[in-house]
Amino acid sequence: MRPARWATIGLAVVLLAIAFPLYWTIVSSFTPEARLFQAPDLVPRGLVLEHYRALFAQRDFWIPIRNSLVVAGTTTALCVTLGVLCAYALARLRFPGKAPLLALVLAVGMFPQISVVSPLYLLLRELRLINTYPGLVLPYMTFAMPLAVWLLVGVFRQLPPELEEAALVDGASRFRILREVVLPLALPGVAATAMLTFLYCWNEFLFALSFTLGPDRYTVPVAIALFRGRYQVPWGQILAAAVVATAPVALVVFALQRRIVQGLTAGAVKG
Amino acid sequence: MAHVAVESVRKVYPNGHVAIGQVDLTVADGELMVLVGPSGCGKSTLLRLIAGLETPTAGRILIDGRDVTSLPPQDRDVAMVFQSYALYPHLTVRENLAFGLRVRRTPRDVIATQVERAAAALGLDPLLDRKPGQLSGGQRQRVALGRAMVRNPKVFLLDEPLSNLDARLRMETRAELARLHRRLGATSVYVTHDQEEAMTLGERMAVIRDGRIEQVAQPLEVYRRPASLFVAEFVGAPPMNLLPGELEAGRQVRLAGGTTLPLEGVRGGLPAHSRVTLGVRPQDVTLVHPLKGDLAALVDVVEHRGSDVLIRLRLESGAEMRVVAAATTALQPEAPAGLRLDRERLHWFDPETGQRLE
Repeated sequence: MRPARWATIGLAVVLLAIAFPLYWTIVSSFTPEARLFQAPDLVPRGLVLEHYRALFAQRDFWIPIRNSLVVAGTTTALCVTLGVLCAYALARLRFPGKAPLLALVLAVGMFPQISVVSPLYLLLRELRLINTYPGLVLPYMTFAMPLAVWLLVGVFRQLPPELEEAALVDGASRFRILREVVLPLALPGVAATAMLTFLYCWNEFLFALSFTLGPDRYTVPVAIALFRGRYQVPWGQILAAAVVATAPVALVVFALQRRIVQGLTAGAVKG
Repeated sequence: MAHVAVESVRKVYPNGHVAIGQVDLTVADGELMVLVGPSGCGKSTLLRLIAGLETPTAGRILIDGRDVTSLPPQDRDVAMVFQSYALYPHLTVRENLAFGLRVRRTPRDVIATQVERAAAALGLDPLLDRKPGQLSGGQRQRVALGRAMVRNPKVFLLDEPLSNLDARLRMETRAELARLHRRLGATSVYVTHDQEEAMTLGERMAVIRDGRIEQVAQPLEVYRRPASLFVAEFVGAPPMNLLPGELEAGRQVRLAGGTTLPLEGVRGGLPAHSRVTLGVRPQDVTLVHPLKGDLAALVDVVEHRGSDVLIRLRLESGAEMRVVAAATTALQPEAPAGLRLDRERLHWFDPETGQRLE
């Protein structure tokens, strides 16, 4: 009994540490600006919507949300589509130079982001892609693709190879096997990869700040960072924006979590 | 239906492991050929080479006279039943059965009738809308068989299809497979590590060891005239007794205990050295009065098996002898016993080469 009780207490502490900042952010985002810096009160009272109203009425926060959705969504779609093809080849097909290639993919993802900002800026300027959606999607892919490929290779390698061999003997082409046998079974892993890629792009700050020029192309993190005025920091609005920015991500996670947890391969092979 | 020919096939993996040394094998039209051997002997690799899941390092594979060596599995018109069954877990039984036909663009009504027919033959009708996860081991095994049958392939390849079933179900399914083979008359290659399965199921069996075929023959022939020491020990249960002996003048063999036996039934050349190995099956030894047998021994362990009794004895030389005797035999451990060997059923081997002396 004792170890179980300790585990419960430990779990509660960790959970509290994770959940409290989130709780405090949400409560604060509904607290009037005037009361934000008074002695804190754990139980919320006198909540108002003024920060949210300001966010969407004065600042037009829809624009950064739209920008972030477009950029993160496009990057995720491209990364997962291309990543699935790359990763399947790396996981299953036999060709020379496979191991070095996989190491190279990982190495590409290891560059410190800041080290490539200037060269990428020059490149994007030459291509006239500064302050455009492709100007963010392409740089994001340089980082998100290796991540996606690496994760997906692991996902595909976990599937029992006999299933694909059975499909080969049954007469299916590799592409068909990928579509009809591998992908349905790897769906939890693919969903997890998509989610991680989306999260990465949704929260990305450095590239978005460097490669956009004005509010029409700012993504959510950049927009929030630039709320800060010369003489004051609108904390209420920043916190409200943080809540709004977290919401779609949380929704995506809740929507996919069952798929991710679910073990679809049950019954494929013995046991 | 078709015949299969494996010609001088070698398979060496990139890491240098020689899985198949040099194999020639033909499977006749409609024949059930069993590949049998201990685990890691290369029998599954040979099957996968025929299926096209592996490419040989050297040699050719022909199906129905057509060279398929460089063809991918989907162009060979073979069907395979995997040890793990490899059913598609996200598809229903019906979809599993139909998969092979669907990818070959078979018309929908043909698929439906073929699936119904296979399902009826294997008693799968009530399970057609279930998924593999909801089936028992035996049911999964039948779905795997059905998936192979549905396409009417030229060759059936079966990789240890019974090894995941419990003992009773395995025996039933073995009989079921024999019946199925008789009805379909399909050319089949069947891999197993179980010599009993090979004996009972095969029309011919190929005993494989370390990537080489030791003997290909009908099961009874293999049992009666094992071509090598390895086959002699591997086929038959309990395993054959092997005793070292010295060749003496006049084609006499002196065994370790001092007994001499005539080297009967050997007409061919004898080894240059003077050593031979005598093989005698536990069923071909009779227990007699301690002073009257060919060999004297002490009873070690008595195992009653219901229908008969397996007695392990120690010879004077220290070697162990296994004897299968009638269930009524009453012997206590440490009791002395005489052993008479059936002179008609002795096997002689050259211990250096392991080959049978003919």
